[in-house]
Amino acid sequence: MSLAVETQADVRRAIGVETIGMTKIFGSLVALDDVSIRVTPGSFHALLGENGAGKSTLVKCMMGFYQPTKGSVLVNDAEVEIPNPRAAHALGIGMVYQHFTLVPSLTAAENLVISRADTPAIIDWAKERKGLEAFLETTPFKVPLNVPVSGLSAGEKQKLEILKQLYLDQRFLILDEPTSVLTPDEADEVLGLLRGMTEAGDLTILMITHKFREVTAYADEVTVLRRGRMVGAGKVSDLSVNDMSHMMIGDTTIRESAARQVHADAKLKLEVAGLFAEDDEQLPALEAINLKVHCGEILGIAGVSGNGQSELIEVLSGQRTPSDGRIFIDGKPYEPERKLMDTFKVFGFSEEPLKNVAVPRMSVAENMAFRTFDKAPISPFKGWLSPAPMRQKARDLIASYRVKTPSTEEPIENLSGGNVQRAILARELSGEVDILIVANPCFGLDFASVAEIRAQIMDQRNRGAAVLLVSEDLDEILELADTVAVMSEGKITYTSPMDKTDRATIGHAMAGHH
Amino acid sequence: MFEDSALATVLLAMFAGAIRVSTPFLFVSLGETLTEKSGRINLGLEGTLVFGAMSGYAISYHTGSPWLGVLVAGLCGSCFGALHGYLCKLPKVNDIAIGIALMLFGTGLAFFFGKAYIQPQAPRLPSISFGFWTDMPALRQALEINPLFLLGIVLAFVLWWGLKNTRWGLTVRTTGDSAPAALALGINVNQVRLLSTMVGGFFAGVGGSFLSLYYPGSWTEGLSSGQGLMAVALVIFARWNPLYCFLAALLFGAAGALGPALQSIGISRGYHFFNAAPYIMTLLIMIASTSPKRSLKGAPGELSITK
Repeated sequence: MSLAVETQADVRRAIGVETIGMTKIFGSLVALDDVSIRVTPGSFHALLGENGAGKSTLVKCMMGFYQPTKGSVLVNDAEVEIPNPRAAHALGIGMVYQHFTLVPSLTAAENLVISRADTPAIIDWAKERKGLEAFLETTPFKVPLNVPVSGLSAGEKQKLEILKQLYLDQRFLILDEPTSVLTPDEADEVLGLLRGMTEAGDLTILMITHKFREVTAYADEVTVLRRGRMVGAGKVSDLSVNDMSHMMIGDTTIRESAARQVHADAKLKLEVAGLFAEDDEQLPALEAINLKVHCGEILGIAGVSGNGQSELIEVLSGQRTPSDGRIFIDGKPYEPERKLMDTFKVFGFSEEPLKNVAVPRMSVAENMAFRTFDKAPISPFKGWLSPAPMRQKARDLIASYRVKTPSTEEPIENLSGGNVQRAILARELSGEVDILIVANPCFGLDFASVAEIRAQIMDQRNRGAAVLLVSEDLDEILELADTVAVMSEGKITYTSPMDKTDRATIGHAMAGHH
Repeated sequence: MFEDSALATVLLAMFAGAIRVSTPFLFVSLGETLTEKSGRINLGLEGTLVFGAMSGYAISYHTGSPWLGVLVAGLCGSCFGALHGYLCKLPKVNDIAIGIALMLFGTGLAFFFGKAYIQPQAPRLPSISFGFWTDMPALRQALEINPLFLLGIVLAFVLWWGLKNTRWGLTVRTTGDSAPAALALGINVNQVRLLSTMVGGFFAGVGGSFLSLYYPGSWTEGLSSGQGLMAVALVIFARWNPLYCFLAALLFGAAGALGPALQSIGISRGYHFFNAAPYIMTLLIMIASTSPKRSLKGAPGELSITK
């Protein structure tokens, strides 16, 4: 018997979940300290907090991934045991993870059918398809069923993740940063549809987020966590964005970016002309990219991830060979080789530095010396390394960039995310920088680090460096860029000075409406 | 006129050879396809193949039943698969390194136990004659088809259908494409991979028994000459599709039959060169089908070579 028929016969309504005094201790770390939240049936509840505030720990306790050290979970006011995720599913609690849990090579239909607990040993596809189509009729989400998931857009994947939970008849959905990979329009569509379902009483939503815009536009209630403790809760209508942001970050002082200095008739520094490149499947990833960045200008490239931004960064940093096109610096041809990077003073950093721009198992000192290890004083003779000056330089940088590390010899992978990024920043920004190429520099970092990094980028701009900033975070572009360019399907589809455009226009261009 | 008949002889010999020689390729590549679909590479199938050949021959010699030999060869293959699957489950163990170790272990063990069976003659698998309608002896000869080949075709279709239309198939593909997704579905990733490697080992063992019980039809230490390894390359060439595995096995079989076929019409110059055709083809295929600029299309996402 197909599941869709079952759901129509016995409609399960939205359920409410409450935690009482949740505490989770890992070794010496108190990840969650006496957190009680109440999510009423049919409400859209937002869970706000910085990275490391305990949001994930809390929902993982609710999903049965972790067992709380203390505290209990109530479903529809009855205390329940959730020893594992399967038990959570049986209670009707489902979760949509930040990273997709769909199987890329399977079609949407296959993904849905395999997700069921009672998949038949031999699948009658004609019958299943009929069942799935009947099920799709009952939801507002529409997704093509017979295309492999790898061929779907990010928005369609996110819808399919939600559909999967609905198909499994989960009536309490936990969404972990559901819009981080969506365009603003896609995000509005998905959240709007979910909001509709909560209003109809079909669904309860608990959404982890750090975007105030989504909280104010869609959530009924909000709970704020900081350092494992609940620091505030209430109706969204009673709280201002300022209240919420104060609850989130507390009294931590946030470095303010320096004011934007005006550079009169700045000269052209970096020019990308007619750049083409292919991706790993040999499909076109970049098509005729033309960019100009002037001294003292931040060119922000907005776009949803996977539209060619990573390929552009790879080409500019020499990790991918372009199939056509040229790069010029000061009107001279430029190839991203170590020697020319040095001559033209090209630097850069990117998201997840441990993956992209650091060698995780090498020491902090070695990682900090990547730009200078082959030059005096670290290399007094050709080919020889002298560790003492390397360590000395690292000590200076660690002090001036406030990198928290036990010693210069610590493998860099043992540092926290913010400190790794600061170490890389120290390496890239301590010398004279003419061109700075930055990709998603603040991805996954806490507020203080984010503010610090943005201020550093602004300082470089004010000093006269030409900055190319690729970011999936539209707020970051809006805050930093002088000029914005939107990348969509490997092309630059929209360019404008920042003072002549707005969020909505850029958002539409990101979605490909231009 | 002579030219025509010579060409016909060569083509016929290659056709017969393709069927004969392709059978072990087919079994090993189907087994490897299943294992790789679950997200692991088992390079040890060469060892499994050789051990299957030895054990199948020994059982057939002692019991007088070649079919029992085939079964035991398969079961021995499963044991090697289980060992591979178990070792790879341990933390920080690399499946390719384990595969190479098991390849050496399997061949070494087969040589150790196989010394006694080099001389004696064991009963061989029968063949089925499809050539009753013709009185051309060459054609009749070519249409003596071995039952394992037919079994292999059925197996290829079953596997192809099963990967799409059964819960078991979807589970294997899920595990091979995204372990996090499989975990989120409550699938025991290691168990799926262990079972897939065991079944894959069974197929490879059966492929080995074909070598000693049908063609060439006796147990010698140089029996396999790397066919198990070539079958792994063949899986990449066949893009992890069981039906393409069948076609690719035929192609490899035909290439392997080129040398003897040319010799049969008296062209013996370059005999060793033509005998090397499958190896050269493996090399060319690997060059043609891989590139530094793109990732392998259709490869299961969890394979350590594509990650």
